Amino acid sequence: MKRQSFLRLAGLAAAVSFSACKPSGSGGGGGGGAAGGGKLVVGFSQIGADNPWRTAETESVKAEAAKRGIELKFSDAQGQQEAQISAIRSFIAQGVSAIILAPKVETGWDGILKEAKAAKIPVVLVDRGVTVSDPTLFATLIASDFVAEGRMAGEWLVKKSGGKAGIIQLEGTTGAAPANDRKKGFEAAIAGSPDMKVLASQTGDFKRSDGKNVMEALIKAHGAAITAVYAHNDDMAIGAIQALEAAGRQPGKDVTVVSIDGMGFAFEAIKEGKLNCTVECNPLLGPMAFDAVAKALKGEELPKQLVQEDRLFDETNAPAELPNRKY
Amino acid sequence: MKVFRSTLVWPLVALVVLLVFNAVASPGFFHVEWKDGRLFGTVVDIFNQGARVPMLLALGMTLVIATGGVDLSVGSIMAVSGAVAAMQVNAGAPMVQAVGAGLGLATLLGLVNGVLIARVGLQPIIATLVMMVAGRGLAMLLTGSQMVPFANRSLTWLANGSVGGLPVPVVLVLGLAVVTGWVLRRTAAGLFIEATGDNEKASRLAGIQTGGVRLAVYGFSGFCAGLSGVLEAANISAADPARIGDTRELDAIFAVVAGGTALTGGRFSLAGSVVGALLLQTLTLTLYNQNVAPAVAPVPKAVVILAVCLLHSPRLRARFGKRTQPVAA
Repeated sequence: MKRQSFLRLAGLAAAVSFSACKPSGSGGGGGGGAAGGGKLVVGFSQIGADNPWRTAETESVKAEAAKRGIELKFSDAQGQQEAQISAIRSFIAQGVSAIILAPKVETGWDGILKEAKAAKIPVVLVDRGVTVSDPTLFATLIASDFVAEGRMAGEWLVKKSGGKAGIIQLEGTTGAAPANDRKKGFEAAIAGSPDMKVLASQTGDFKRSDGKNVMEALIKAHGAAITAVYAHNDDMAIGAIQALEAAGRQPGKDVTVVSIDGMGFAFEAIKEGKLNCTVECNPLLGPMAFDAVAKALKGEELPKQLVQEDRLFDETNAPAELPNRKY
Repeated sequence: MKVFRSTLVWPLVALVVLLVFNAVASPGFFHVEWKDGRLFGTVVDIFNQGARVPMLLALGMTLVIATGGVDLSVGSIMAVSGAVAAMQVNAGAPMVQAVGAGLGLATLLGLVNGVLIARVGLQPIIATLVMMVAGRGLAMLLTGSQMVPFANRSLTWLANGSVGGLPVPVVLVLGLAVVTGWVLRRTAAGLFIEATGDNEKASRLAGIQTGGVRLAVYGFSGFCAGLSGVLEAANISAADPARIGDTRELDAIFAVVAGGTALTGGRFSLAGSVVGALLLQTLTLTLYNQNVAPAVAPVPKAVVILAVCLLHSPRLRARFGKRTQPVAA
């Protein structure tokens, strides 16, 4: 019951964003499949379903396929690159028109993508890139711009704090692309304000527990100098909020907390006044993915990267958005 | 100097060096204040964060390693017990029942390790590697791979409350360590464990039920991991099946080895493992306090670990101590 209404909601959202994108030529693409007589068949190889973000991405692709009357062959690789490769191989054998791939890792795709290219099947990557010898092996990559997310968070904090803050930065997993880029974007945004000082920048490994542990330690080291926390994901922000509360501080009030991802629980925290702002990292890539598929099938040249638009939510617009959140 | 032959002395030396460094480099490191009816300060954090995971896991791991084995599954067992406890309180069970269920299942998984090793005859590293993968899978299966938040106050109290000003985990874990040590040394159990690790065949011929000893230590390791998982979930009011305890088995192994229990089995030191866990946690917090960039933080960590291991090496110590004391070749 719950799941059904969820699906309907996802479908509705997909419909809304679809009509929003319509002038960009997707109408023609959708027509191409239908007018061609037979039903268009597209394969989608997903990494797994280990978090709500990924589940939302899967639902978005499924809903968009249903909406456009495209037959979707879906494969969940349960976190295994080998399973993704064999799924793609079976998509090729089944003669799909196009493949959507959310790659588990960056490397090791040359061989299978060459097989797809030889079969003249365009491959659209979603949310993560690959490193391949020949860039023509995939049509395009549709993903969020992590640097832009960090920059939005930084610009928001500069405005909110009036250009003066003692900041604790909780970084994501060391070396991971989202962590590197969200750090880069944020630090660039605050670089122009000399009174925006990063007191400490430590990794919380994208985990709630590590976010809390690190924050506990840094509260003792920097004390009242801390006026803001910037976390690379919502989980660490929640951990930091718990640590601040345990230390007698008031997150959301005397310490401004900013994070990235826009998960449902972050919206709850904004509503409770403990989190100040979250920049979404939108997983609803379905509409853009099928637009790209349509264009690739018509033989159009696509830019190698298409950026998914991410929005920022704070106490002014988060409560109204909360009922619409799908992840 | 007899004192330098004790295994406990080297991790203690490393810990003292680290503490002296902190006393000089970061003012306020030893500052402890009384806040809202509890102690509050970096040293308290070291004990609290250290007790919750590395110390607790190291307790079980010490006994496993003393029998010549190793337990790689503790991180995954943490995930299972945390998930079970969280789901139980969400289903309306009282805290004691929820924690009991988590600990019970964790102990059971530990015993499965024990059966695979003692009865089926699998290598410990393989049997527990299987459990490491299967346990994580079980936790994901139970929770549908999603985080399980909960709002049960008595469960969150287990990690966030205090007893006499001390964090509950510190009281629980140090208490468990003292009781375990007392039981092992007051009964023959400790001796049986060491004998099994030293020479299993000889021990068996001498009449020790080595299979039963192994079963028991893996069960105990599962129990400790279960408690650690419950405390970690209680700490953040949520069970995180995918990431709780991830790679923490390595922290536990480090704490045990730094504490002077050799991976080859035989003699063990619970006190040494407790100090080893404190050393590890102090090191982590020192790096936070000095704001060492996360990308290079593993380097100083590795240097300290290497230094402690070298200090433990009898061959190296013999080389330096040659002139003053003849060391048995």
